[in-house]
Amino acid sequence: MTQQAQPKAIYLDYQATTPTDPRVVETMLPYFNERFGNPHSVEHAYGWQAEEAVDAARADIAGLIGAQGREIIFTSGATESNNLAIKGAARFQREHFGKDHVVTVATEHKCVLESARALEREGFRVTFLPVDADGLVDLDRLKKALDQNTVLVSVMAANNEIGVIQPLAEIGALCHAQGVTFHTDAAQAFGKIPLDVDEMNIGLMSISGHKIYGPKGIGALYVRRRPRVRLTPLFDGGGQERGLRSGTVPVPLAVGLGKAAAIAREEMSAEAERLTGLRTRLVDGLRKKLEADGGTFEINGHPEERLPGNLNLRFAGVDGRAMIERLEERLALSSGSACSSAAVEPSYVLKALGLSEEEAAGSLRVGLGRTTTEAEVDAAVDALADTVRILRKDAKTASDAAE
Amino acid sequence: MNGPVYLDYNATAPLRPEAREAVASAMDTMGNASSVHGYGRAQRARIEAARATVAELFGAVPAGVVFTGSGTEANNLALRGCGRTRVIVSAGEHDSVLAARGDADHLPLDADGLVRPDELQRRLADGGGDTLVSVMLANNETGVVQPVSELAAVAHAAGALFHCDGVQAAGRLPLDMEELGVDMLSLSAHKLGGPQGVGALLVREGVTLEAQALGGGQESRRRAGTENVAGIAGFAAAAEAAVAQMDEGARLAGLRDRLEEAALDVAPHARILGRNAPRLANTSCLALPGLKAETQVMALDLAGVAVSAGSACSSGKVTASHVLRAMGMDDAVASSAIRISLGWASRASDVDRFLAAWEPLARRVQAA
Repeated sequence: MTQQAQPKAIYLDYQATTPTDPRVVETMLPYFNERFGNPHSVEHAYGWQAEEAVDAARADIAGLIGAQGREIIFTSGATESNNLAIKGAARFQREHFGKDHVVTVATEHKCVLESARALEREGFRVTFLPVDADGLVDLDRLKKALDQNTVLVSVMAANNEIGVIQPLAEIGALCHAQGVTFHTDAAQAFGKIPLDVDEMNIGLMSISGHKIYGPKGIGALYVRRRPRVRLTPLFDGGGQERGLRSGTVPVPLAVGLGKAAAIAREEMSAEAERLTGLRTRLVDGLRKKLEADGGTFEINGHPEERLPGNLNLRFAGVDGRAMIERLEERLALSSGSACSSAAVEPSYVLKALGLSEEEAAGSLRVGLGRTTTEAEVDAAVDALADTVRILRKDAKTASDAAE
Repeated sequence: MNGPVYLDYNATAPLRPEAREAVASAMDTMGNASSVHGYGRAQRARIEAARATVAELFGAVPAGVVFTGSGTEANNLALRGCGRTRVIVSAGEHDSVLAARGDADHLPLDADGLVRPDELQRRLADGGGDTLVSVMLANNETGVVQPVSELAAVAHAAGALFHCDGVQAAGRLPLDMEELGVDMLSLSAHKLGGPQGVGALLVREGVTLEAQALGGGQESRRRAGTENVAGIAGFAAAAEAAVAQMDEGARLAGLRDRLEEAALDVAPHARILGRNAPRLANTSCLALPGLKAETQVMALDLAGVAVSAGSACSSGKVTASHVLRAMGMDDAVASSAIRISLGWASRASDVDRFLAAWEPLARRVQAA
């Protein structure tokens, strides 16, 4: 097998994925080696040891959101968690109670929107709520959208492109008052900002491993026990995970996610402060450089209500994709979510903020994370400013020539 | 020599050294395979190299390999995503096949654990244009190997689609989709010495699948979710090693046969289930009427020997194995059957340790 060398560009794409923390890898290794049992083998010590490790991981994950270990179901990732939560809750409610209405938001992750569209094809009514220019959901509109047949409200905790954090406690309170299950896709928020399933009245929460310095191939779904949130499984088999998710639970990956959650719990608040500082440094540095040329940039999404490690920048008169390509040797950035980063259309998230196609195309996402340093931020400021200047000059030359 | 003895390879196998290296080296890298920058492209290259390896090893084309999170997911994707309204499965299939389509017809097993092609033919007499047939290559509890190429030919003659759960057979038997003539094949990494948390569904060209997990459009829109790069790389490395070391089967058959002969010497009334059928070289399903499987398994565990009383997924349940019931075994036999399954790291001394722990149990039954 030919393996490509790791690139040398500064990695600024922490919302796409994060490196696995070496402490996580170290915790996983014994479960690849001597402790390799199947956690569902209840008849011997190999199985018990594996089950114990998986349950300890459950407790670590639960501890970060104020839940109990047995409310955590392991899945293969947040995409599966979102599919299971949305389709599973809606299908169960319709089958048993005849309810058929789901509410979600236009800026959700693709897998949430696709799951909601699949429900529409099955005959459910789905309301896709708009967001304001900052990316926030309007609580009044949400309240008006709910009716007595609403089974589920699905609103993401923090957006993957613009980092905007939704008012979860208020949304949860609304849902609670109406007796509607509240699901939140916390793939980007879990381990980054404080979350509490009781304070926020959350019934279902999707969690990802690789977004929080854990391994890929593992995620979790928090499923409230009191009052119990019922789901129809996505697929069936041996009945593992309380019958909600059949298939052998991958022990090393579950242990890795548990460790990543435990580290996040320890370090989250200090890290949030550090990343906020780096983000401010980047914005200030870039503003200073570009203002010297008489140009500037905008920040997409709410300026404060956002993930500490996220920025989404808009440069008038510059094509974001051209910028990313030109910067490739120096910075690893993206124009939006990784899943659709090969797609040509501008981001639907940015368009939902009311940006024109041109404005959306002039935007890019900068993701900062655990290994990002001040020196990297300074280098990124230089690289971004140089490139914006060059592209703006090119554009000006082209338009002068056209006149 | 008092370390524990692991004889439960059909539940899960220890990671092969080749796979461990592939997993560890992939975990040292970062990037999302869907990202267009260099980090993403390097991950994409790792996945595509693994896809080509898996395709080549099992007779598929790379575009026909869909990586999933498990064998269970692969079976569910095949049975629910194939678009056929009628489904026929064997009564001895894995729970994930049986549960994926609760509406399926069940083909009976004979006393040796085999499905009869003429029985399938009878059920397809009215045509099979709307039908999927799913029969596993090797059974997880008995190791019995089904006449899959014959069954697939019968299915195809009637216009039906054929899926094969190859989870237990992969890496243990020569397994080529093309030669076998199957349209879809499920695989699991951790049963062949790869990491847990990754499987695959291999589909022949022209077979369309409706994705069960929707989202970012990964795996050619057949399975959404950020790819588990380390898992996929480990899967390919393990499969490569397992297939390269297939002649290990002869060694394992030697160990298994010695175990069975010694067991029958001590307990002539014991029975080896599926013994008259073609079987995997590594698996023995040993019934000791008069002593419950749970009792045997617990006593063996105390002696440091890990075996199971059926499949791991259902081993917490009290009900007797559906596989053994389908073979027509009465309760006395079915409830006293344990599964011993060997693998790449099994040694002769493991068999000795098993026999040393099991023989007193067998004598206890005879004395009673």
